[in-house]
Amino acid sequence: MSLEDCNSWQKLLKQARVYRVIVLWKALSTYNKHLIIMNSVGDTVLKQIELERRERERAKKGLERKNRFETLSGIEIKCFYKPEDIKNLNYEKDLGDPGHYPFTRGIYETMYRGRLWTIRMFSGFGSPRETNSRWKDLIAHGETGLSCAFDYPTLLGYDSDDPLARGEVGRCGVSVSCIKDMEELWNGIPIGRITVNYTINTPAIYILACHFALAEAQGYPLAEVSGTTQNDMLKEFIGQKSYRFPPEPHVNIVIDIIKFCVKNTPKWHPISVSGYHIREAGATPVQELAWTIANGITYIEKCLEAGLNVDDVAPIFSFFFACGDNFFEEIAKFRAARRIWAKIMRERFNAKKSSSLILRFHTQTAGHTLTYQYPELNIVRVAIQALAAVLGGTQSLHTNSFDEAICVPTEKAARIATLTQRVIAHETGVADVIDPLGGSYYVEWLTNEIENRAWSEIEKIERMGGVIECIKSGYFLVEIAKSANEYRRKIEGGEIEKVGVNILQPAELKYDFKPLKIPLELEYERRKLLSEFRKSRDLQKVNYVLDKLRRAAEKNDFLFPVVLEAVKSKATIGEVMHVFEEVYGRYREPTIF
Amino acid sequence: MEKKIRVLIAKPGLNGHDRGAKIVARGLAEEGMEVIYAGLWNTPEQIVETAIQEDVDVIGLSILSGAHDVLVPEVLKILKEKGVDNVIVIVGGTIPLEDVKLLKDYGVKEVFLPGTTIPEIAKFIRQIVHKTE
Repeated sequence: MSLEDCNSWQKLLKQARVYRVIVLWKALSTYNKHLIIMNSVGDTVLKQIELERRERERAKKGLERKNRFETLSGIEIKCFYKPEDIKNLNYEKDLGDPGHYPFTRGIYETMYRGRLWTIRMFSGFGSPRETNSRWKDLIAHGETGLSCAFDYPTLLGYDSDDPLARGEVGRCGVSVSCIKDMEELWNGIPIGRITVNYTINTPAIYILACHFALAEAQGYPLAEVSGTTQNDMLKEFIGQKSYRFPPEPHVNIVIDIIKFCVKNTPKWHPISVSGYHIREAGATPVQELAWTIANGITYIEKCLEAGLNVDDVAPIFSFFFACGDNFFEEIAKFRAARRIWAKIMRERFNAKKSSSLILRFHTQTAGHTLTYQYPELNIVRVAIQALAAVLGGTQSLHTNSFDEAICVPTEKAARIATLTQRVIAHETGVADVIDPLGGSYYVEWLTNEIENRAWSEIEKIERMGGVIECIKSGYFLVEIAKSANEYRRKIEGGEIEKVGVNILQPAELKYDFKPLKIPLELEYERRKLLSEFRKSRDLQKVNYVLDKLRRAAEKNDFLFPVVLEAVKSKATIGEVMHVFEEVYGRYREPTIF
Repeated sequence: MEKKIRVLIAKPGLNGHDRGAKIVARGLAEEGMEVIYAGLWNTPEQIVETAIQEDVDVIGLSILSGAHDVLVPEVLKILKEKGVDNVIVIVGGTIPLEDVKLLKDYGVKEVFLPGTTIPEIAKFIRQIVHKTE
């Protein structure tokens, strides 16, 4: 290169630097003066680019069935995935071997090769005696863990003879009002040897106290008793709606129960942070995941505020998700859930134990996917959903009965549902290799996508002041109403197809089984039994303990030991909950639809 | 302008599954009806009282707990006792076919089962209300 050349190069470089400065200055001043115009112009340009891209894709596709393919969370999906879609995926950092951080592939090293998932059928109806015999039948047909469904009076903490309970006693779950009912429920089943999940929230403290009192009376040390109480009140305000008091006192009782279990029952999972009901109420899979994790964070924070240690609490936390129709989206959701929780526990809460980092979860196939039309087809839906849950690495599983859009499960339907899990477990080979879909371009891409969307939703909730604030402001109700309505529109518009509902409808609605009906006489019989139970007690003793409970609630004292005393003194569920309602007041949600 | 049809959507009993009730409430509002959503945990007495106060043409009851055979007849009975004869009652939920007939015998105008669309419900309401007027 000559000297002249060199000089002209320097000149050019200098000019370029000056030009850069001018461009930068121009950009900044424009930015300052015309921020809004810039933004809207930018948006328009981006929108135009996006539209053109879609147009091109559509033209290219031409022969595809739809203009847009998307998951139930509204995530647009391409026609296939390849290495470049997951080019930043780092095996050690993002996946890890099963049983290793961040647990994307599964929480245990051996998973189902070591032990199959627990077949846990959510079951309960009528009187404790009837449910007891259904439980025994399910155990005889391959069930390996129990899960108790309570009726609505019990779920809300009303006695079966309460005027508000009329028409509802034993109808969609078992009716339990006192310790004697719990004794009947467990008659002939070894309470200390089989694990049970109680789907109970508002009166969880009462039911759990009954369980512990009963186990102790039967000679099982509390340290050995194993099972789960759902005890997740935050999701009640979002989904299931069986709350009675404002969120804060409800959450305080949740933490009270956790506190008792940390100290006395290390094998009991005092809480199952549940997305299932959020999903059933209308949320998308991404909302289900994000809100459940946000609720989990809230509970951990409250435990720490109560002076508990993260590594004492986190290992006894458990979770509960739904498994709906979109096969791969559900699998990706479960994988993303494990990775998010592991990161939160390690990075945010500095948990040290490996058992504090793992998200262990129960799955139930999604009830809202069942159809009234061609009910037998639900057997197929449930089997596919159950397969997704297994491929997603669930720890326990409930499979819905095919008749559940019509009535409480009949015995035959419940047996088929239970045995469906056995077919998956023993005949298909899917339990022999852990996370067999790990490494799939699509599943890994979708796992990342769901994780990212869940993180932004969690951050959004925290920016709005956290879960309890969002409950009170009605945020969740607004969002759920939107999602549920969107789902309804898509079914009515045919974008989401359901066999028998909006395609291939039957000429007439019919089925060839006899729906299970809980006779009204049961309600009268239950009232009679409860009145006999009331007569059998030392009323002075009951009133003494209830007074003690009231004072403890007013002073924010440790409640569990007092409730345990109340249970043993034969106070009923309604009496205990009534004391709480007097102290805490009643909550009603804002009217949003 | 034609008077808007007024609909009360309510959930009797203790059952908290409000997805269907809210969807129908929103859907009928989008169809141009005046919708009052009574929320959860209504007793039959409260439902009738609200219906009278709000001067509705239609009461829509949503039940998924199996309590329909007790709570729905009670609503109808109280309506009768109060002399309300210009309000139609419709029901939605998980209700066995066997009970659909039973509810209609009690005086329920229609039972909408899972899979029903909003336009179907809206069309039914318009037909009945405009016929009675």
